[in-house]
Amino acid sequence: MIWVNAVLQGVLLGGLYALFACGLSLMFGVMKVINLAHGDLAVVAAYTALGVVAVTHLPAVWSFVLVVPIFAALGYVVQRTLIQAALNRSVLTTLLVTFGLSVVIENSLLQFLSANSHSLNIGSLVSDSFSIGSQITIAYLDLAIFVIAVAVLLGLQHFLSATKHGRLIRAVADDREAAQLAGADYRHIFGIAAAIAFATVAFAGLAFGMYSSFDPTIGTDQLLLFAFEAVVIGGLGSLWGTLVGGIMLGVVQQVGAQVSSTDQILAGQLFFLFVLVIRPQGITSRRRTA
Amino acid sequence: MSETSALLEVRDLTVHHGQLRALHEVSLGVSAGEVYAMIGANGAGKSTLLRAIAGLDQPTSGSILLDGADVTRMRPERRVAAGIVMVPEGRRLFPSLTLEENLLVGSAYARPGPWNPGRVYELFDWMAQRRTQRAAQLSGGEQQAVAIGRALVANPRVLLLDELSLGLAPVVVRRIYSLLPDLLASGVTILLVEQDVSQALRVATRIHCLLEGRTTLEGPPGELTAGRIEDAYFGLAKPAGGPSGSAGGYA
Repeated sequence: MIWVNAVLQGVLLGGLYALFACGLSLMFGVMKVINLAHGDLAVVAAYTALGVVAVTHLPAVWSFVLVVPIFAALGYVVQRTLIQAALNRSVLTTLLVTFGLSVVIENSLLQFLSANSHSLNIGSLVSDSFSIGSQITIAYLDLAIFVIAVAVLLGLQHFLSATKHGRLIRAVADDREAAQLAGADYRHIFGIAAAIAFATVAFAGLAFGMYSSFDPTIGTDQLLLFAFEAVVIGGLGSLWGTLVGGIMLGVVQQVGAQVSSTDQILAGQLFFLFVLVIRPQGITSRRRTA
Repeated sequence: MSETSALLEVRDLTVHHGQLRALHEVSLGVSAGEVYAMIGANGAGKSTLLRAIAGLDQPTSGSILLDGADVTRMRPERRVAAGIVMVPEGRRLFPSLTLEENLLVGSAYARPGPWNPGRVYELFDWMAQRRTQRAAQLSGGEQQAVAIGRALVANPRVLLLDELSLGLAPVVVRRIYSLLPDLLASGVTILLVEQDVSQALRVATRIHCLLEGRTTLEGPPGELTAGRIEDAYFGLAKPAGGPSGSAGGYA
């Protein structure tokens, strides 16, 4: 039963990883931008929530009402200015620019908000749980984060497949020039995709801030890496692949932690390398000739 | 045909690809209701001309006017809203989108007009029942039809058709060209690029021959003999009085 518990905890954690990863996957899929500041953005979202709570005295759980829209707007602006300017030069430039952004964010946080770790205070919700049998304990928070993550992915899937702008995002991802010939300003569509990516990473950052403590360096040290691993394990270009990848990473980490508590991250990393070797296109991905 | 009556006018257009001059001071005027055909050998600059008119290639000099308004520096997506829509060489459908979604993307920024996906389904009766198939799964001829449909639903004033026949069986090509009267009847003006000269002569009201980026012949097919066209196509004729004096008289 210990192992069943580990797998269950891993599945729940995997939802959070998928939430981290879907924005990264979307930005790569649509504009071929690998956003190396993705993890740092999640951390900034968590710090922003601290600020929002301090100013408005909203309960931390409700901070997303403000933080997510702020990040969506920020995503649009950053894409239309900084990232588009880099894209106009070359895709490689975007890698340098987002790496620079990551360094700037991390050091600004260290400079102005110190290296102390924080967490979003959600009161007793952080420890409330229910038990199934004697060995399985599920925290309400973990379950809620998982449900929200799946709901966000479902919503994103619906947006991409069934709305006008979702369709345009997929069209631009397929063939930017042909989309221009259909009258679409791809820079605007890129902005929308970035807004969605930033909104989802804000969601993930807030969930992480409630789930665990955070500090200025955790974005690059852990979150970006986990997001990358979830995307690669699941396979690019599919949200379900991202969810599957996130869940597999979570399960492997939790089972690894069950073996030895210091091996959690290592187990995830080894599994990631294993998938890269035997199935580099990802678990769910068909081979694409694009 | 005077300059002011042209719906689409190109004046002294020069386009460079890096160091290479792909088009050299090409001028032409397409009147409303025409089928204007660009002919010429591979690399003559026909596709470059169409791409420049659509806004994908920036000209070094010269200008492009739609209904008298200068669109030379307009972004390609804005030209669609103005009424210039291109069916690109090689179809360029969105492969991961369904047939129907391709048409819906085409109509996302449409001008008001007679065309919509429903009307395209009437024009191509096979499409409606296969609209949920991915574009990548369609045959070349089917993809070409969808590419035309995707352009039509934007309700173009001028439709640019780049190498419709490329890679398609002759019977498919004939079927696609047999649609042109329907398109003209809906008020669309057509500027097309075609490597197959006999095909172009069958459908065009005017033809314009390019050779190494320069105009070598221009006029209605009825007034041009096969010999003159052949000379212009292969570069055997001496252009009388320089590149712009050859036929059109737009200098």
